[in-house]
Amino acid sequence: MFVNAVTHLSMWAVPFIMFIILIHGYIKGVKIFEVFVDGAKEGLMIAVKIIPFIIGIYVAVGIFRESGAIYLFIKLIDPILKVFHIPGEILLVSITRSLSGPAALGMAMEVFDTYGPDSLFGRMAAAVVGSTDTTFYIIAIYFASIGVKKTKYAIPVGLMADFAAFLGAVYIVERLYG
Amino acid sequence: MNIIFTSLIVIGIIVAAINGNIEVITQAAVNSAASAVEKIFGLVGIISLWLGIAKIAEKSGLIEALSRMLYPLVKYLFPSIPEGHPAMGSMLMNMSANLLGFGSAATPFGLKAIAEMQQLNDEPDTATEAMCTFLAINTSSVTLVPATIIGLRASAGAKNPTDIISCILFATTCSTATAITADYIFRTYYRIKKRWGR
Repeated sequence: MFVNAVTHLSMWAVPFIMFIILIHGYIKGVKIFEVFVDGAKEGLMIAVKIIPFIIGIYVAVGIFRESGAIYLFIKLIDPILKVFHIPGEILLVSITRSLSGPAALGMAMEVFDTYGPDSLFGRMAAAVVGSTDTTFYIIAIYFASIGVKKTKYAIPVGLMADFAAFLGAVYIVERLYG
Repeated sequence: MNIIFTSLIVIGIIVAAINGNIEVITQAAVNSAASAVEKIFGLVGIISLWLGIAKIAEKSGLIEALSRMLYPLVKYLFPSIPEGHPAMGSMLMNMSANLLGFGSAATPFGLKAIAEMQQLNDEPDTATEAMCTFLAINTSSVTLVPATIIGLRASAGAKNPTDIISCILFATTCSTATAITADYIFRTYYRIKKRWGR
């Protein structure tokens, strides 16, 4: 029942939002297609901007994995992770998520490649990346833009939220698909 | 990020050298770079599609309408911002755009919001309580359509790329709830500390 409900929610979200936006835009007399193309152009620019990040991370993670270093790393932190039932790869994705969005995307892509996008790990990685934002980056650009130097407790709060997202993602995927 | 990038590669090379299979490094580097570009194509399409849709919502005033709906929920979180102050409007626009998954369309509103909050700040080099709350919500990102990750799943060949939305919704609710709670606790703690300091 619960699984069914959330599957439906997932299925409906995109079509529903698209439908509303297009109908609303049409009624308000927006030149739908021209405006769409304009926005898509911006999207293209953003996508192009993140390509180098993805290539860099893909190569770094590829080397780290193929060399066998990743298994050493996981073995090293395994005792701690086992206690909390935390998968090492996903923790790595989560840590990266707070530092760099494109890099985290690259890592999630790596997890998809290795385990498959519909695997337990694949879903966890997707949920981790999709559920928070790049805490350090956002705090840095927002405060830098107005010249604030003392950020008070903004960073610890952001990191606590990121950690909560990580735990939430692992929990819910385990619960629904585990 | 510099440290992570460097150490991933350097440690990888060292481990391969010790294990005596240094030839995998070149192979891994070349293959990864090539497959990264391959995978990105699917992603480019979805980001562009969603930002195209975002532009329509922006132009038609739908994001603004959503902002008005959110106002009663959000005003309690920012007691220090007077009613009708422009910071509130920009902040709501930012949150609405984020909610629909229009990340980069949201950033300009966010920057505008924090600049307007700065006008209410009597210590310009220190963050205000409202700024901290705003960023707490912003970095924990409540989003209904995580377009990028859907695109990524699609290009990786997921059977149903959008079926991750509900999991993300759950995780993001955890993180935003934590952000708001932690922000509240830290804020109270700072106020008490400030009072005792004087």
